[in-house]
Amino acid sequence: MALLRRLAFAVPLLASMALAGCASNDGAVQSQKLGAIKARDKLICGVEGKLPGFSFVNPDGSYTGLDVDVCKAVAAAVLGDPAKVEYRDLNSSERFAALASGEVDLLSRNTTFTLSRDAAGGNGLSFAPPVFYDGQGVMAPTASGVKRLADLAGKPICVETGTTTELNLADRMREIKAAYTPLKFQTSDQTYAAYLQGRCAAVTSDRSQLAAKRTSFPDPAAHALLPDVLSKEPLAPATTNADPAWADAVRWVVFALMQAEESGISQASVDARVAQAKADTNQADLRRFLGVEGDFGKHLGLPPDFVVRAVKAVGNYGEIFERNVGAGSQLKLERGLNRQWKDGGLIYSPPFR
Amino acid sequence: MEPLIRRLRRELFATPLDGLVSIALIALLLAAATAFVRWALLQAEWAVIQANSTLFAVGRYPQEQQWRLWLLTALLAAATGLSWGLLRGLPHRGRLGRPWPPNDRLAALVLAGLALAVPPALGLQPAIQQRWWLITALLLGVRWAAGRWAPALPPALRRWIPLLWPVLYLLGMVLISGGLGLIQVPPSEWGGLLLTLMQASFAILLCFPLGILLALGRRSELPLLRWGSVVYIEFIRGAPLITLLFLGQNLLGFLLPGGMAPDRVWRAAWVLTLFAAAYVAEAVRAGLAAVPAGQLEAARSLGLPFPQALIHVVLPQALRVALPATVGQFISLLQDTTLLSLIGLLELLGTARAVMANPAFLGRNAEVYLVLAVLFWCCCAALGLGSRALETRLNPYTSTNATTATPAAPAQA
Amino acid sequence: MPAVVTPWWRNRRLIPWLVQGGVGLALLVLIAFLLGNLVRNLAAAGLLLSWGWLDNPAGFDLSETLLPFDAGLPYWRALLAGLVNTLRVVLAGLVGATVLGTLVGVASFSGNGLLRRLARIYVELIRNIPLLLQLLFWYFVVFLALPGGAEAIQLPGVVLAKSGLYLGRPELVNGVWQAPLRLTVEFSALLTGLVVYTAAFIAEVVRGGVASVPSGQWEASRSLGFTPAMTLRRIVLPQALRVIVPALNSQYISLAKNSSLAVACGFTDLYSVAETTLNQTGRAVEVILILLGSYLLLDLLISALMNGLNGLVQLKER
Repeated sequence: MALLRRLAFAVPLLASMALAGCASNDGAVQSQKLGAIKARDKLICGVEGKLPGFSFVNPDGSYTGLDVDVCKAVAAAVLGDPAKVEYRDLNSSERFAALASGEVDLLSRNTTFTLSRDAAGGNGLSFAPPVFYDGQGVMAPTASGVKRLADLAGKPICVETGTTTELNLADRMREIKAAYTPLKFQTSDQTYAAYLQGRCAAVTSDRSQLAAKRTSFPDPAAHALLPDVLSKEPLAPATTNADPAWADAVRWVVFALMQAEESGISQASVDARVAQAKADTNQADLRRFLGVEGDFGKHLGLPPDFVVRAVKAVGNYGEIFERNVGAGSQLKLERGLNRQWKDGGLIYSPPFR
Repeated sequence: MEPLIRRLRRELFATPLDGLVSIALIALLLAAATAFVRWALLQAEWAVIQANSTLFAVGRYPQEQQWRLWLLTALLAAATGLSWGLLRGLPHRGRLGRPWPPNDRLAALVLAGLALAVPPALGLQPAIQQRWWLITALLLGVRWAAGRWAPALPPALRRWIPLLWPVLYLLGMVLISGGLGLIQVPPSEWGGLLLTLMQASFAILLCFPLGILLALGRRSELPLLRWGSVVYIEFIRGAPLITLLFLGQNLLGFLLPGGMAPDRVWRAAWVLTLFAAAYVAEAVRAGLAAVPAGQLEAARSLGLPFPQALIHVVLPQALRVALPATVGQFISLLQDTTLLSLIGLLELLGTARAVMANPAFLGRNAEVYLVLAVLFWCCCAALGLGSRALETRLNPYTSTNATTATPAAPAQA
Repeated sequence: MPAVVTPWWRNRRLIPWLVQGGVGLALLVLIAFLLGNLVRNLAAAGLLLSWGWLDNPAGFDLSETLLPFDAGLPYWRALLAGLVNTLRVVLAGLVGATVLGTLVGVASFSGNGLLRRLARIYVELIRNIPLLLQLLFWYFVVFLALPGGAEAIQLPGVVLAKSGLYLGRPELVNGVWQAPLRLTVEFSALLTGLVVYTAAFIAEVVRGGVASVPSGQWEASRSLGFTPAMTLRRIVLPQALRVIVPALNSQYISLAKNSSLAVACGFTDLYSVAETTLNQTGRAVEVILILLGSYLLLDLLISALMNGLNGLVQLKER
């Protein structure tokens, strides 16, 4: 019986491997996940859902934010329509299981890129390039007189459980040998509710998230971010190690958004640039990037013009940043580390060739 | 009738100690009541309920499709009116009931009062208020008509009327989720009270037959069936619901081949069903134990095959005994749907938590929790009342002191 | 007359075996299917069952523990600390719910009509509102709204402040309360919620138990000159306990299981630690096994204790 069952699984598996082997000869990619997404004609994207600037539900039920725009860009690149996304709100403790079990195709949920999460022996994720370089910060009421991390010794600190934040806080407090009480909550809304009710002397999270939440407080000026930066927090979209072809596709869609900004291609100008590339055969870089020539799309299992589709759907990286968290948003965050490498930032796309 | 003064004296001031206790309690109650009224009128801000009433009711269900839910509500109201009217209007065990007993008049009055008072109090739009009035009028109208003309119904037709409910349930599923020419609305867009009721009704409908099977399995003479049922029932009853839900959300994806795992809303519904089935099984088992063994033996010796003896003789008696405990399980199942908010589903409590994360309504916990508590209390109390009515009707020795269904003892988490 | 041959489908000896064989086979196939998938999917995710990670340092802190704990200690110590916290709240809850439940149950037999009705209202009100909702209410609406510092509510021997409940001669030192015993608001909210909720069910159990004692017992003891209080204590309760104790068992077990709702009010119980552990390690199967095993053990422990107690109160037939 067991033997039969094993055979029943093994035969299609071997067959599909053989098929994949044959198919890879002509450059096209066989990815189970890509196939599944195309068959269902919908990308399932795991997001936070309650974080202004990154992913937030509007009163009309639609999602917006930087993380959401990544989902839309990938959906546009794969399926040709940024609206073909189904969003799943995930809390921080269920996100990896949701990804590992295949419940979501893509996790775009302010997730920190770390070794243990990336490694096959750890969570076994596969990270796309960070879309937001952040650092962990601490926020405290200005009236409390807390000025530095060390002032929090012996006091309760609110933190969302299941995050790197929780671990970094433990590490930093151990370094400065300060005892403290971590009050842990399952969701960000509980965490900030407890903080605002005065249960904790401070709340810790990514600095961008703190800034985002502060804008929604009744009196934002009454709360200040401490100067201490507890950690590096490169926030990146993630898929699993199980399907490298799908991970590559997501990785290069994100790079495309960054490269588009570097090449000066915006949502408004992308059509003109395509026309220009088509007309001028000498612009080899541009032609390859926009899919006018070459078969980059095919290598990734995506349509040839996936870059054009993604940029047309959500704009380039700079536009996404400004619209959701930058000057054009309520959060008004500085570009800081998230500038292009030419301007002294960390946003750097490897060459499209 | 005892004069009020004397009655008060007997009840409250029988002894000096009683008097002291009574005075202290009255003072305490008065203080609490004034504090509450002052809070409700002066401090509470009900805008959080008014602004989010749609979210609380149906979650992110698409606006342009909400007519389907209104239609379903109207159909449900009509069916309720019909069943209620027939229950009173049809002769029962040869006796013709009174079409409008005092309790029914009171209930109708309360319903009308609620329909008139609650929508304006919640600040709903006039169009929606009118819909509630229409639906209440429909319910009471059908109730009146059914009670009036029920005795005239041909008996052949009467027998088929209970079938209305399963048909309506299936129709409701189609109306809510789409199909048959209606636009699909995926489960991820159901929310609020709609999701709570969907989950509870789905689990209640399925856990009942499952529970009966498990109870029969546990009392079976076949060792494999017996031990299988025992292991299942004890395993489920030994674990907190939250760990089972957690298992369903995190592990089911691993237990099934990729992509075969159902949507997380359905996943939760199945976990609730399988969970409640174990508790219903115990209630039914107690009912089975109350049926004398002679009943089965007599039925068998009359030549009835075992399955038929079970279905026609033993189970009807057992289920009648098990009814209060079973309905108690249903009530706690309804309450247990709140745990879905802990695994990120936006049912009533999940919606409430999402609403309170909205900066505009920060710190309005008390108002939201109070409204939710009232809603749940009404639903649970209504289930309990319904069970008591059913019990008196099913009871062959119409006794007056029937026990009420109460939330089952092990209100599980 | 030809011998009647029973067709095989009516064979009384064969049928049970066929049914069992069918069910057994179906179960086996189902289990093999699920386990096969589990192993294959876990292997694909690189998460095959192992327990070695329990010895790795946890890296996170816990807010309140009876066992000393810090981030450098291994995961199993964290889970143990969580289990001890669960035991603490369950134990306190059992005592509290029993006392309150008995009081309310006995109050429903009071001669005072107001007290009697209040007891009924309490039971009907509490049982029909979900526990999770009540816990959120106690934590966010009641305990977090307590004033802090010098404005804290001061009762004889107890101070209720936002930073916690201080018992036994609390003193205000530099704006911070100090007392021999301090309960955090998280613990207090959870305990209050569990006690108030479970007491409503226990009150019903007690009421049923007392009602099961024939009224003749009351009358007889009255006519022997016992006071009502003495009647209750000497005559009625010993008999009622025979009905009450077995029914209490399931209430106690449900209280233990309900304590897992601690996550709603920020208390670090076993479930909360397990959730954090799962998230930091990704070890879903192992963590769920530990959780299920621990709660099963807790249930068995309570059942064993209650069985012992039951043996004490039941009628000794000599």
